Amino acid sequence: MGKKREVDDRFNKFGTVSFTAITKTNDFIKHLEDGRVTGTKCLDCGAVFFPPRADCCHCLSSNMEWFDVSGTGQLVTFSKLTFAPIGFEEDVPYCIALLDYGTYKVFGRIASSIPEEEIKVGMQMKTKTNTVSNGQLNYVFDKA
Amino acid sequence: MGNKVAIIGVGQSTFVRQYPGSIRELAFDGFKDCLQDADITTKDIDASVVCSAPEYDKQRSPAGVFAEYLGLNPQPTFYVESLCSSSTTGIRLAYSLVKSGLHEVVAVLGFQKMSEISSSEAQERMGRGADIQWESPFGTMMPAYYAMYAKAHMETYGTTPDDLALIRQKASTYGQINDRAVYRKPVTLEMFNDPENIMGRPVTTPLRVGDCCANADGSSCIIVASEEKAKAMCKKPVWIMGLGSATTSVNLAGRDLFSGLTVAQEAARQAYAMAGVGPKDIDVAEVHDCFTIAEMMAYENLGFAEPGEGKELIRGKETYKEGSIPVNVDGGLLSKGHPIGATGGSQTRTIVLQLRGDAGDIQVKDPAIGLVHNIGGVGLYGNVTILGR
Repeated sequence: MGKKREVDDRFNKFGTVSFTAITKTNDFIKHLEDGRVTGTKCLDCGAVFFPPRADCCHCLSSNMEWFDVSGTGQLVTFSKLTFAPIGFEEDVPYCIALLDYGTYKVFGRIASSIPEEEIKVGMQMKTKTNTVSNGQLNYVFDKA
Repeated sequence: MGNKVAIIGVGQSTFVRQYPGSIRELAFDGFKDCLQDADITTKDIDASVVCSAPEYDKQRSPAGVFAEYLGLNPQPTFYVESLCSSSTTGIRLAYSLVKSGLHEVVAVLGFQKMSEISSSEAQERMGRGADIQWESPFGTMMPAYYAMYAKAHMETYGTTPDDLALIRQKASTYGQINDRAVYRKPVTLEMFNDPENIMGRPVTTPLRVGDCCANADGSSCIIVASEEKAKAMCKKPVWIMGLGSATTSVNLAGRDLFSGLTVAQEAARQAYAMAGVGPKDIDVAEVHDCFTIAEMMAYENLGFAEPGEGKELIRGKETYKEGSIPVNVDGGLLSKGHPIGATGGSQTRTIVLQLRGDAGDIQVKDPAIGLVHNIGGVGLYGNVTILGR
């Protein structure tokens, strides 16, 4: 009696502001802490998912394994924000972008260290883990 | 008696920055305008569908509150939402309620009072119409997503920021003469390229301030009726000829096309097939220009232009009132403002007025078939509705 129930709310750590606390993919955060960016693969039908999912919409299995986002992806498109939604004012300017890895795509931010004039649609980039200035975790795209 | 479904009344409030009243009072304005247009009373309405995007209001379940305030008790009412396309989803639902025979006359009420919260808060809430688990933590917002589509369109087809500015210039041409629009000043290409002018200020590359519609408070109302009721109650019914509706992945990572919206392509395909017409048969259209790039993509996704050729339509002024396919001659969302849940109803109102010959200063010459393209989220939901005399 009186003992507090443990809640796995690790997803609160994701991004500058997280809007999700509890998900079956919470281990994604542990992987970020270990320097890995991970998606999931269905062990029954082989479907590959990024962002990771706990459940397969193709065969309805929940039998998933993690895989590492590795190698390089091609920059599909991006935008540099100079006006931010509430909660992200400290981050501007920043670029959001999409990388195409062939069998899956990754939505995220471009590393702030890359000058805007060097960012070109079609360039190869890699995804790496990152710590936001407020201590939160996310991942960014860096030059390949 | 046939089995067609008609629109027998249309109305909207004036769209304003900050409505000086509560949401039920805002809904009343659009509803009253519509009932006066239809020349009917509340007793003629069997049921109502209330459409908006939640999160802006403190009121939970506004449908019941509106039904009481508008004098629609004890008729049934309920609430539907599909973000910015909520009220054309409501029209789709009203069509099916009438077609099934369950109801004969249904009011579709769209509304949004966005001024309840600040612009930054509104951006954050609208951004949460995208994937809150995997995208919002990066600081996303609607203009930035559409900007990613604009960037891809420019890279793929050579569309320029000035092409987009021309769309805003067209919108303002008509916004200036629409007394229901929130933004009624002229906007020109030169203003976009004047460093001193706010229109050219970057928001999220390549989109500038002038490329974005403004938040607004507003309401709209559309009365949908059976063929029998329409013929008995209305001198100039406008018939719902085709309806299309589609969805796609909420996360951009789940999509393959970034120079167009697949939901618009698919909804248009369905609507054209149901109506038995094609893009060349459309005499006047309202498209969802929440951003200039959205109108550019709509030209192509609806088949008014081949992919990549949308820019030629605006450069040649083909989408002006006198052009080959007039688009958004009421000023569009860019001029009228975009009160989320009211927008699709307002677009539908414009097309109905056009087909009835009641559009006044913006009347296109003798249109027989019109089209409404209404998008929810960043191409997450797409509704295309084809209307005819």
